[in-house]
Amino acid sequence: MTTRVIDVSDLPTTGFGPRMTLWWGMIVFLAIEGTVLAMLAATYLYLWRLAPMWPPATSPAPSIVRATVNVVLLVASVPLATLGDRAARREDDAGTRRYLLAVLAVGVVALVLRWFELQDLNVRWSDNAYASIVWTITGMHATHVLAETGENLLLAIVFLLGKRERKHFVDVHINMVYWYFVVGVWIPLYVLVFLIPRH
Amino acid sequence: MSTIVAPEPVGVADERAAIARAWAHQPGLWGWLTSVDHKSVAFRYIVTTFVFFVLGGLEAMTMRWQLSHPQAGVVGPDFYNQLFTVHGSTMMFLFAVPVMEAFALYLIPLMVGTRNVAFPRLNAYGYWIFLAGGLFLYVSFFLNIGPDGGWFAYVPLTGPQYSPGKRIDVWAQLITFTELAALVGATEIIVTTFKLRAPGMSLDRLPLYVWAMLVTAFMIVFAMPAVMVGSMLLATDRLVSTHFFNPAEGGDALLWQHLFWFFGHPEVYIIFIPAQGFNSTIISTFARRPVFGYLAVVLSLIATGFIGFGLWVHHMFATDVPVLGQSFFTAASLMIVIPNGVQIFCWIVTLWKGRLSFKTPLLFVLAFFVIFVAGGLTGVMLASVPLDLQLHDTFFVVAHFHYVLLGGAVFPLFGAVYYWFPKFTGRLLSERLGWWNVGLLFVGFNLTFFPMHILGLRGMPRRVYTYLPETGWGFLNGLATTGAAVMAVAVVVFLVNVAISWRRGTPSGRDPWRAGTLEWATASPPAPENFTYLPTVNGRYPRWTAALDQPVVVGLRTDRRDVLVTGLLDAKPDHRHELDGPTIWPLLTAIGTTIGLVSGIFTPWGIVLGAVLLLIGLTGWFWPRGHKGRSPEDV
Repeated sequence: MTTRVIDVSDLPTTGFGPRMTLWWGMIVFLAIEGTVLAMLAATYLYLWRLAPMWPPATSPAPSIVRATVNVVLLVASVPLATLGDRAARREDDAGTRRYLLAVLAVGVVALVLRWFELQDLNVRWSDNAYASIVWTITGMHATHVLAETGENLLLAIVFLLGKRERKHFVDVHINMVYWYFVVGVWIPLYVLVFLIPRH
Repeated sequence: MSTIVAPEPVGVADERAAIARAWAHQPGLWGWLTSVDHKSVAFRYIVTTFVFFVLGGLEAMTMRWQLSHPQAGVVGPDFYNQLFTVHGSTMMFLFAVPVMEAFALYLIPLMVGTRNVAFPRLNAYGYWIFLAGGLFLYVSFFLNIGPDGGWFAYVPLTGPQYSPGKRIDVWAQLITFTELAALVGATEIIVTTFKLRAPGMSLDRLPLYVWAMLVTAFMIVFAMPAVMVGSMLLATDRLVSTHFFNPAEGGDALLWQHLFWFFGHPEVYIIFIPAQGFNSTIISTFARRPVFGYLAVVLSLIATGFIGFGLWVHHMFATDVPVLGQSFFTAASLMIVIPNGVQIFCWIVTLWKGRLSFKTPLLFVLAFFVIFVAGGLTGVMLASVPLDLQLHDTFFVVAHFHYVLLGGAVFPLFGAVYYWFPKFTGRLLSERLGWWNVGLLFVGFNLTFFPMHILGLRGMPRRVYTYLPETGWGFLNGLATTGAAVMAVAVVVFLVNVAISWRRGTPSGRDPWRAGTLEWATASPPAPENFTYLPTVNGRYPRWTAALDQPVVVGLRTDRRDVLVTGLLDAKPDHRHELDGPTIWPLLTAIGTTIGLVSGIFTPWGIVLGAVLLLIGLTGWFWPRGHKGRSPEDV
């Protein structure tokens, strides 16, 4: 008996971008996370529409200097992520390590700045609904920066300890794409939280 | 990659043994706890959801007993509030959505011709989180801290002022558990369907069931976050004094309703669309022909998915939403009838032109037609604002949504159990008990819920724990309770059938129905690797259209868990990919998550604790373990 076969033994064992399952998994994850943040933004707009003043008369407007520095820093770090992504696709050990550490460092600085940004909101979350939503949006985004930075830290340890396997290049690639999301999604949220509420 | 004509692949027996070794389950309890096989995970998922179905049913029976005659004293008002809240939350969050996903997690890898879901460990994590959420609800319920604010938990009733104590926090955290699990399942369904299909299964050959689950999974992705955000805001209002829903401090109660129903209405379709997938599958098999109008059915599923997001305000017609908004949502509510009608007509044509074989699965689908169309008609009635204002919060609404949810989802689901039980266990369920099951369920269902329409028209509000004899509602309520008892008997018949057939049922072989889709091309129950050689397909019903020498895929590594990743649109082979094997870390990570979420309802530091445990869990999960005996370029 003869049988027809499709022989796939000469196909590669990794792919990057939309070719691979992990990339699609991340896209679905970003759709979920994006929807969460969009719901928070919708909540913000809903409460804003109801409020006679925004921020309410009893709440001072946020201070914007450190938040603006952070936004600029985050946007400026995007090319680092691009370079890290390219190095990972080339499976270039030294380059991947370098840019991974760079994005990790930006993440740490952004988290420190974010801590001060929460003070710069000039309200406590329990003051009123305005204070609740700006705290929630800023804090929720901070957890994204924290999660990404934590993942970068783990990956950096793997690379620095020489435990790297080929699949870790894929992980770096994924983390760098996730960084685009973390940065990109903050720009409209920054506008909502820090620029719109003015007396 | 090349297609060649070759003799029977050399060393088939050796390869078969090697593949079986690479995919073998680990033995014993440890193997059970660490399994990442989609079939093991999904099977325990299905069993767990049916346990919750029975618990939810017992709660319903207790309520019916209490309402069977005026001023009954079976339960008091406080316990009754917990009963209907836990009943609704169980049926929606612990049964209807997860059981549909669980079926898909079992069936989709088989139907698309691959070996496992795309992220096997994440899949196991999803199940453990779901189980933890369900146990959390029921432990709380037995400790008399079961939620009591209704399954949609409206503020201000559920806010800190009117619901002190922990009952509502239990509900809010149940949402976090179950929606997390649902999102994990949706991710698995989407990526497995997109990237792990058998060569030849281009998107226009995707089985209709898989299309239905794909649409459902996307709806989950965009709907569930709304209720997660809503319940998070509710929890912070209660726990750390935020003011999202507090009008005195600039918040708004209707904001809750918007967030809830933006999820809550798509939720109905998240339950119903998978059942449409069951229907298409069962109808084509037992009519012995392809479903009429494949393209029309697929477009209807997608249209339903989109329109389903434009209906949420019709749950809020009794609030002060603007009139223009009401008109828009009335129009959308009527519009969704069109794609659903198209599907129904496609199925009718299929049945009309087919050679019918009246087995139990088909009977359940026929019962679906009757009940669902009736429920759909009352839905069209309720979409009209003046009538809705009259009937809002009455038993008419209870009757309507049980007609659409049980008729639309539970009847097809029972049909699906009868249909795929042989695949899960290798044995057929008894047809004789199956006929009793469908007959009793049909009669019991209509006896229970039809009188509720009339009770609602006569003004009986929902969620009252008793009523006075002067209302004249006693007879119809007695009838409804009788019907509930008949339904309970039907469920007992079902459980007996499962228990008996599991051990002593007729062996089914791999394909007892001579069906068209790929899950029937392998053993029943399937081996851990699903297929020795991955199949290829040449049509929408590959078992019916396969060439005598339909090619199989060779060249995947046999010494590890390799699968073939294919192109999104055309399913052309793209690369080989190693899937993760069994591990305890998903369970440990789920335990860490659970500790964080449960302690989070007592102190905000619980969330911090949970985050730390999550980090430890994920570190263990992803930590490189090296690959013994592999060449370096492979790892």
